[in-house]
Amino acid sequence: MLKLVLALVALLVCSPAYADDFAGAVRALNADSFSDKLTAADTLAALGDGRAAAVFEAMADGRLYATADGTILIEQSGSYRDAVSGATVAASDAAAITVNNRLRGALRAAAGQLGLLNSDPVIRQQAAESMLATPNPDAADTVRKALAAETVPAIKALLSQAVARLDLADSDPAHRLSAIAQLAASSDPQVRGLLQPLADGDSDPQVKAAAQKAVSSIENRLGLIGIGVNIFQGISLGSVLLLAAIGLAVTFGVMGVINMAHGEMIMLGAYSTFVVQEAVRALLPPDYFGLYLVIAVPVAFVVTFAVGVLLERTVIRFLYGRPLETMLATWGISLMLQQLVRSLFGASNREVANPAWMTGGIELIGGFTLTYNRVVIILFCLAVLLALAAVLRWSRFGLFMRAVTQNRPMASAMGIPTGRIDAATFGLGSGIAGIAGVALSQIGNVSPNLGQGYIVDSFMVVVFGGVGSLWGTLVGALSLGLVNKLLEPYAGAMLGKILVLVAIILFIQKRPRGLFALKGRSVEG
Amino acid sequence: MTSFSARLLTCGNRRLWTGLAVGALVFLVLVPVLNLAVPVDSALHLPNYMVTLLGKYLCYALLALAMDLVWGYCGVLSLGHGAFFALGGYAIGMYMMRAIGSRGVYGNADLPDFMVFLNWQELPWYWFGFSQPWFALLMVVVIPGALAFVFGWLAFRSRITGVYLSIITQAMTYALMLAFFRNEMGFGGNNGLTDFKDIFGFDLALPSTKMGLYLASAVVLGLAFLLARFIVTSKLGRVMMAVRDAESRVRFLGYSPTAIKLFVFTLSAMLAGVAGALYVPQVGIINPSEFSPANSIEIAIWVAVGGRGTLIGAILGAFAVNGAKTWLTGAAPELWLFLLGALFIIVTLGMPKGLIGLWAQSKARLFRRSAVTEEKEARHA
Repeated sequence: MLKLVLALVALLVCSPAYADDFAGAVRALNADSFSDKLTAADTLAALGDGRAAAVFEAMADGRLYATADGTILIEQSGSYRDAVSGATVAASDAAAITVNNRLRGALRAAAGQLGLLNSDPVIRQQAAESMLATPNPDAADTVRKALAAETVPAIKALLSQAVARLDLADSDPAHRLSAIAQLAASSDPQVRGLLQPLADGDSDPQVKAAAQKAVSSIENRLGLIGIGVNIFQGISLGSVLLLAAIGLAVTFGVMGVINMAHGEMIMLGAYSTFVVQEAVRALLPPDYFGLYLVIAVPVAFVVTFAVGVLLERTVIRFLYGRPLETMLATWGISLMLQQLVRSLFGASNREVANPAWMTGGIELIGGFTLTYNRVVIILFCLAVLLALAAVLRWSRFGLFMRAVTQNRPMASAMGIPTGRIDAATFGLGSGIAGIAGVALSQIGNVSPNLGQGYIVDSFMVVVFGGVGSLWGTLVGALSLGLVNKLLEPYAGAMLGKILVLVAIILFIQKRPRGLFALKGRSVEG
Repeated sequence: MTSFSARLLTCGNRRLWTGLAVGALVFLVLVPVLNLAVPVDSALHLPNYMVTLLGKYLCYALLALAMDLVWGYCGVLSLGHGAFFALGGYAIGMYMMRAIGSRGVYGNADLPDFMVFLNWQELPWYWFGFSQPWFALLMVVVIPGALAFVFGWLAFRSRITGVYLSIITQAMTYALMLAFFRNEMGFGGNNGLTDFKDIFGFDLALPSTKMGLYLASAVVLGLAFLLARFIVTSKLGRVMMAVRDAESRVRFLGYSPTAIKLFVFTLSAMLAGVAGALYVPQVGIINPSEFSPANSIEIAIWVAVGGRGTLIGAILGAFAVNGAKTWLTGAAPELWLFLLGALFIIVTLGMPKGLIGLWAQSKARLFRRSAVTEEKEARHA
């Protein structure tokens, strides 16, 4: 019915009596029967006046009033304004215009279409997006009209796509062809779904061929985007693995200590984040809440550094040269830390919120979104790696650390306090694990078992990359992350992981000391 | 044959044989008598659940014995022995699933319940044969043995030792755990295999079957102990210990540490498989969590607590730690992990030879003191 009326009134749109038509149509809304109201709404919608959208919204919400003399008023939070002129008026005798569900549905649809003609570009864009998502043949003319009047390029693109979609169903093959040509540049799986029926069996062979070509080009593009998404996710997983493994590269790689409690250091870092978050929430005004993450990084480092030094001085230093015993003792420590946290914070997951600056993302092309928290973690992880490399390479402490690793008695003879350096090195490794915990709290659950999930993976990274080599750890983490994510679409998440584990086990046969093995006689010791 | 029995006899001194006899008396005679012959209301009566619990401990002890053979005597700390245990358990579990027949919830005679639930039409090929008890029993040792052989061959051949070996065995059991969690694997996924009805025609719900399983566990543990003792006192056993203490030197002397380690690792995996096969009918379920790396590490602590490098220590350790676990998880569950964690630290720091070492130490101290006082007294006299 709407279509018929639209066609009829299309002529009237250009008529000079434009304003009067609008006023009359608005007045007609205050009809006695619902069917008359519906007719009036259709007439009003067909005028294509942007002001009508507000009227429809108000009517659907029951906020449209009529005075005794027939003036139509829109109520907005207690005050009334004239629906036609927009002037605020006092209304004592106004009565609400009643609506039923059928009418309400028609009003909302009409308001949506009219959104295309709204003066506010934001509302126009929303309307265009919803039109694109649910193409409505009845609205074809409105869309075309909106397209002709549109000036903002982004909305124009959306609208022309919507028009093309509507044209696909057109009876004229030429219209269909031009629509296909326009849609072929899309990378939306929905568009492919629209084109598929035409490619399968359009009556016109030319249209059919064009549709087939368009579908295959869209599929190619989707495939490329899929690979892009996988690579991004792979790098993201790789950065998570890298964060978890860098600390291990210090304790295991540099000191040769198998720290099974490494995962629990990550967990302690995550719980430090939680505590800082609660403290910030309680003490600082809400505007500064996003800062908690920045505060949490040094706090987590200090906490886990202290725990690491404590462990080294009380347990691990007695076990140097007995790697298997170290492994068992640190496993014991990990059990105790888990139970400690469970007793203090409870066994259930703790909620750590993403600060506002880490939520959301940038959408690059159809369906490929770079989420900010992942991007931040990738950058953060690189920063940590570079900072650690710089400390090892240029700082006095790094020099001492390398000296102790390479030749302990000689370092001791030169006056380096080897015991203190050992403690600080272990503390550094633990501290980095704590920082990793801050980052991981942003993308996963914070629970006492948090660390358990990372321990096998991070050992794999270190062993794969080569013990004692930071760059090996980087390459190891990134390649494991990428391989894992690239395998996932074909093998599923679990099988992909199993395949990676098996591959590493086989890889170690060939290169027992990893990709970037240290060379020299001291390594064999 | 005579030379073999003579060799078997000489693998232990008189103390060993007395100990074994006392053990047999307690586990094979005293426990059944207390359970069956003593009236239920008597204070000395051993309830049925205790028999099953002891049976479980015997399986753990067998597992610890297997671990001790490879770690305590050959220096290979495997953190994947839980996998061999679980595989043995799955093998017998598959037999028991097939033995359910049409008595399952869905009444399907050809397919276990979970396969019917997953809409599978026919039995996967690797389930064939498991309806035969002899085949299942063979698989209990063959599957863990074959896995250990292939894995060990790959690892030992490229001279992966120490912590590297530990880490990749851990990765192995982790990968298996993930694999068995998948429904498509055809081993019941998350839920594993359960709802067993009977084993070799005996109803699992009957106390007599439970007693039988318990006795079988005790007998198998005794035999495995003898086998292990036989091996460690043989020439092979000495080379094993030499590999543990100085692998390179053994290699330079012309032995093949790879072959020796491979033999011990495979044998140990088979024993672990047997332990799993005895364990599963007694607890009535096997699921993928048995593969979890934490379980495998716990085996190492049983052995370490008891005293690695002594067979009796492994058995003792398994009983002590698991006894403490049963008691403490009932009495104060939150304390258990603290205690277990502390055990790991105390044992590695303070008592590297475990309970057996502590016993030997205190005896030596006692002996030394008495010798000193005697000497003093003699001087005074």
